Amino acid sequence: MVANVTLTIDGNQVTVPKGTTVLEAAEQAGIFIPTFCHDPELSKPGACRICVVEIPGARNLPASCVTEATEGMVVNTASPAVIEARKTNLELLLANHPEDCLTCNKNGDCRLQDYAYYYGVKQDAFKGEKHNYPIEDDNPFIVRDMNKCILCGKCIRMCEEVQGNNVINFAFRGFNSIVTPAMGAHYADTEISNCVFCGNCVSVCPVGALSEKAMIGKGRRWEIQKVTTTCPYCGVGCQFDLNVKDGKVIGVTSTNGDVNGRALCVKGRFGYGFIHHPDRLTTPLIKKDGEFVEATWDEAISLVAKKLNAAKDTYGPDAIGILSSARVTNEENYLMNKLARAVIGTNNIDHCARL
Amino acid sequence: MTNSIGEIADADFILTAGTNTFDAHPIIGIKIKQAVAKGATLAVIDPRLTDSAKLAQYHLQLKPGTDIALFNGLANVIIEEGLYNKEFVEARTEDFDAFKQTVAKYTPDYVSEITGVPAETIREVARGYAKAKNSTILYTMGITQHICGTHNVFSTTNLSMLCGHIGKESSGVNPLRGQNNVQGACDMGALPVVFPGYQPIGVEANREKFAKAWNVESVPDKPGLTVGEMVEAAGKSIKAMYILGENPVLSDPDANQVIHELESLDFLVVQDIFLTETAQLADVVLPAASFAEKDGTFSNTERRVQKVRKAIEPIGNSKPDWEIICLISTAMGYPMSYDSPANIMNEIGKLTPAYGGITHERLDVCSLQWPCPAPDHPGTKFLHATTFSRGKGKFQPVEHIPPDELPDAEYPMVLSTGRRRYHYHTGTMTQRTGALEVFYPNEYLEINCADAEKLGVCDGDKVRVISRRGQVELAAQLSERVTPGLVFTSFQYPDVPINKVTNAARDPISKIPEYKVCAVKVEKVS
Amino acid sequence: MANVTLTINGKEVTVPAGTTVLDAARGAGYFIPTFCHDPDIPGYGGCRMCVVEVKGARALVASCCAEATNGMVVETESQAVNEARRTILELILANHPPDCLTCDKNGDCRLQDYAYRYDVRSSSFEGERHDYPIDDSNPYIVRDPNKCILCGRCVRTCEQVEERQVINFAYRGFNTKVAPAMDTNLAESACVSCARCVMVCPVGALTYRNLAGKARTYEIRKEPVTCTFCEAGCQFDLNYKGDKVLGVTARETGTGRPLCLKGRLGLELLYSDEPVTPMLKKDDQFVEVSWAEALGMDAVLKKLEELKK
Ligand code: SF4
Ligand code: SF4
Ligand code: SF4
Ligand code: SF4
Ligand code: SF4
Ligand code: SF4
Ligand code: FES
Ligand code: FES
Repeated sequence: MVANVTLTIDGNQVTVPKGTTVLEAAEQAGIFIPTFCHDPELSKPGACRICVVEIPGARNLPASCVTEATEGMVVNTASPAVIEARKTNLELLLANHPEDCLTCNKNGDCRLQDYAYYYGVKQDAFKGEKHNYPIEDDNPFIVRDMNKCILCGKCIRMCEEVQGNNVINFAFRGFNSIVTPAMGAHYADTEISNCVFCGNCVSVCPVGALSEKAMIGKGRRWEIQKVTTTCPYCGVGCQFDLNVKDGKVIGVTSTNGDVNGRALCVKGRFGYGFIHHPDRLTTPLIKKDGEFVEATWDEAISLVAKKLNAAKDTYGPDAIGILSSARVTNEENYLMNKLARAVIGTNNIDHCARL
Repeated sequence: MTNSIGEIADADFILTAGTNTFDAHPIIGIKIKQAVAKGATLAVIDPRLTDSAKLAQYHLQLKPGTDIALFNGLANVIIEEGLYNKEFVEARTEDFDAFKQTVAKYTPDYVSEITGVPAETIREVARGYAKAKNSTILYTMGITQHICGTHNVFSTTNLSMLCGHIGKESSGVNPLRGQNNVQGACDMGALPVVFPGYQPIGVEANREKFAKAWNVESVPDKPGLTVGEMVEAAGKSIKAMYILGENPVLSDPDANQVIHELESLDFLVVQDIFLTETAQLADVVLPAASFAEKDGTFSNTERRVQKVRKAIEPIGNSKPDWEIICLISTAMGYPMSYDSPANIMNEIGKLTPAYGGITHERLDVCSLQWPCPAPDHPGTKFLHATTFSRGKGKFQPVEHIPPDELPDAEYPMVLSTGRRRYHYHTGTMTQRTGALEVFYPNEYLEINCADAEKLGVCDGDKVRVISRRGQVELAAQLSERVTPGLVFTSFQYPDVPINKVTNAARDPISKIPEYKVCAVKVEKVS
Repeated sequence: MANVTLTINGKEVTVPAGTTVLDAARGAGYFIPTFCHDPDIPGYGGCRMCVVEVKGARALVASCCAEATNGMVVETESQAVNEARRTILELILANHPPDCLTCDKNGDCRLQDYAYRYDVRSSSFEGERHDYPIDDSNPYIVRDPNKCILCGRCVRTCEQVEERQVINFAYRGFNTKVAPAMDTNLAESACVSCARCVMVCPVGALTYRNLAGKARTYEIRKEPVTCTFCEAGCQFDLNYKGDKVLGVTARETGTGRPLCLKGRLGLELLYSDEPVTPMLKKDDQFVEVSWAEALGMDAVLKKLEELKK
């Protein structure tokens, strides 16, 4: 049994297990604290300081994501000093941030934007020197716009701690600080970068610095519906969200899957393009004189039924072979098994699992 | 899998055999990396220097097709040095003595001769595996795609039973499934000898139960044919075939022969989302909806049943596979109609004990791992906790069997095939994504620099790979991933139908073809 | 009524004679952007965002003002059309504050929508920018002339209100702006705070003051409600964030729909979780008043009090 501690956050008594951070305790009590660098799945650098709170007796304003809740602690998450500190923090970030929400693909799901709006921080409060990094888009999966990076380091930790590829890290200092693969390489220089394009870094970026390339220009965040489903590729069974706009799948984003969490691989995250590929079969085809001609469902189904019944009547049920599929659902495999055994009357049913 | 994927991250010793995990199962690769980061030991058995082999403390770079010898060698060391789990062997297993006898001659030196793995490495890995608190074995097609595939699998189970590394958290023997729903296809009775839930067709009570539920007089008791056997019998005893979502022309060995056989059928109907190489041979092609256009469930490699949810309407005039099957059945005179896949699952639950407690409503809350026999059962994280399916675990002593086709003067090299990270199966989907095939547009042949030099081949040169059955042309990639004498490529590019070259010799029990070894010669295309 | 048949993007479309090309195309499911077009007061044709290519015409045609004719052949997304739209957007954006970050219209702004659709960044022209003061003199409406794209919809909808013509174009060229007479602020003008101009403004130049900073447009769910104060039965929207009503906004303009302040305030009082503070203009100054006074029930209440005594 872990002991509990009770603290007061914004006047509310909150009881949490010992070892809980102030941030987690506040979340548990439904009290909002902004975060940039914190992620529950990753290590905690306590670096961005947007999550500061006021704790009487503490020196300065401690970062709530790395401060442990203690018995009797009194926490103020929205005192004037706290708000002031957060505003200054945002102003500094915005001073060096492109004014790009107009067309930024993250608009509508961006923490920097959310907090700027929440605290009423306008961009022109500071007119600082701005970066002018070239946008890295020389691979078909991920676009990196380091001008928008707020240096929270989540992508670095995701790649290191979850994906285990250690592709990126901080380089240089101060104003020139940047997140980059070794030797300033691009992701696409895989020999140096070691990147496998899982896109797991993209899934944690709180701003528009990392984006899924194919989703750019395809829809604004507020126009997209998300449908959680299971990956159609390998047997791991990752879960993800299909992003749908106007009846079209325009992308895949992470959800919190039972097997995979937010992690996906390159196929699951970037391999959805086949869904709307022009080669998709859209109508039944019947071969006549060696050529396929389009047919109605009625024609095709009755021909199939007639031919299968004929084979069964002439040669017996075991003259028919059924290949079901490791690609289709359980329900469909079950029906194939039923079709073979009950309707046709044969055990000639298999699938390509062995291959 | 006997364990869950998440448990891998907590193992202390991970032994992988014939699995290029980082490329073929990246998310499982992540768990392995996490375990290693936490201090686990990783030993990789693979003829190729894969990314996981690079990360491993031990890379057992064996000659293709010598897995049994290697596993027997590991067991030999463990028994010789008294490192095996005597309690477990006594309480939970049988036939240990026979096993002990068989492995006695597989001393590290002898095994080293067969496999090419240094004797000392064999000893160290054996000790590491035996002594670790939680040891787990992961394997895939590198183990099964051999004429002795079934025996290979036995040899992995033998090792785990010997050390009692099974039936507990993070310890077990875990085959990783290549395709999203292989597990489900097997669970649902898409197999020639079992009903859903692995209920044998040979048992009369089972047949009666299903006949009654399906409202037919009887269901057949004669074991059916496997994929390979069906294709071989095509045009002979098999007159008509209904192929759903599979592409045997590319995925089966000896492709020229497969095409010929399928063409000799009286009638072939193929149901798929694309006009695959197989569909092109069909008399009727039925357009199916993709996973994004239908509801249902997939079962992953750790027996986890999860929802597939419809996000968009079927493209064009296509229909979900389940609807098409119902239409065909009804037209054949057996009315089949369900208003949703959820209803089909209800029927499955009634007939399949392991799925008895699984419904779509429950799956909307969280995924469930079978066995899940009742509506209030939480599902099962790892198998064989207290007993094996058959009671006591039986040691299956197995001997080394060399591959069906070994290199000789005329075909001096070994060809092995597998998968690429950016592609999937026969490439039907991944060649059409607008991203994956852009990044990885061409297939190539991995060849060792020494061999390449002998042949006068430079990186990127076109080469021809020839076997007794056929030939393909592709670009060479000079690589240290393969040892001299070995070449490797994938079967995922329609332009490089490597299965025109591979050997159709099959494991006599599992009927899986020997994709991992065949003899070839390589020449430069001038 | 007679029909005409024209071809839009290769598809034959039949519409009643007199239909505009814009309506014909939209009816057939094609997208055409518009800024100045107001379905209630059509035929203005000022912004040219809605241009299309008509075979045989000398120049691109503003579809909101062009009548569909028999045999007409129209392209709505040809290269020339898109080029023209991009140029219009570039010109507007050259003189538009890059303010989406905190703009209350973010997520429901036509300028933003079209900039995204046609991939026009604000930086490609770096023009001279206005620096007008923001007019927040009116307790209900905020005017930010810097964001105005001069589409004139507010001017025209205001004219619809009887006796009102509060705002109009003033000055010329780069200095053109929409302003009340004498370029005063709204408070000093004859504005009655009906907010129909806010309803029609396609960008963030006119916004509700009581909603400022409360929620982003995509966090808001709107539910219609009908005002019952008078028989006009104006339509308003309750603006929900979560299960809280943040405020009441006008839904439809339409002729004979005054959308009066009294009606909106009444609904605020009825539905809003944090109703606005009612303010009325007295001696040309907005002052706080009681709800009874705001809703014009002072006299009635007084009478009731008297009856009680
Ligand atoms: S990253 Fe966020 S704040 Fe920056 S431009 Fe994009 S949406 Fe705006
Ligand atoms: S895509 Fe994956 S491997 Fe590449 S940098 Fe991002 S997290 Fe790392
Ligand atoms: S790219 Fe994104 S996740 Fe990475 S440091 Fe920058 S803002 Fe953070
Ligand atoms: S995302 Fe990758 S690892 Fe996960 S199920 Fe799909 S293919 Fe497998
Ligand atoms: S204030 Fe709005 S409606 Fe009026 S002219 Fe400007 S942009 Fe148009
Ligand atoms: S009016 Fe539109 S484009 Fe202008 S700042 Fe507001 S949201 Fe952005
Ligand atoms: S979120 Fe706490 S310091 Fe960044
Ligand atoms: S919308 Fe047609 S000209 Fe403005």
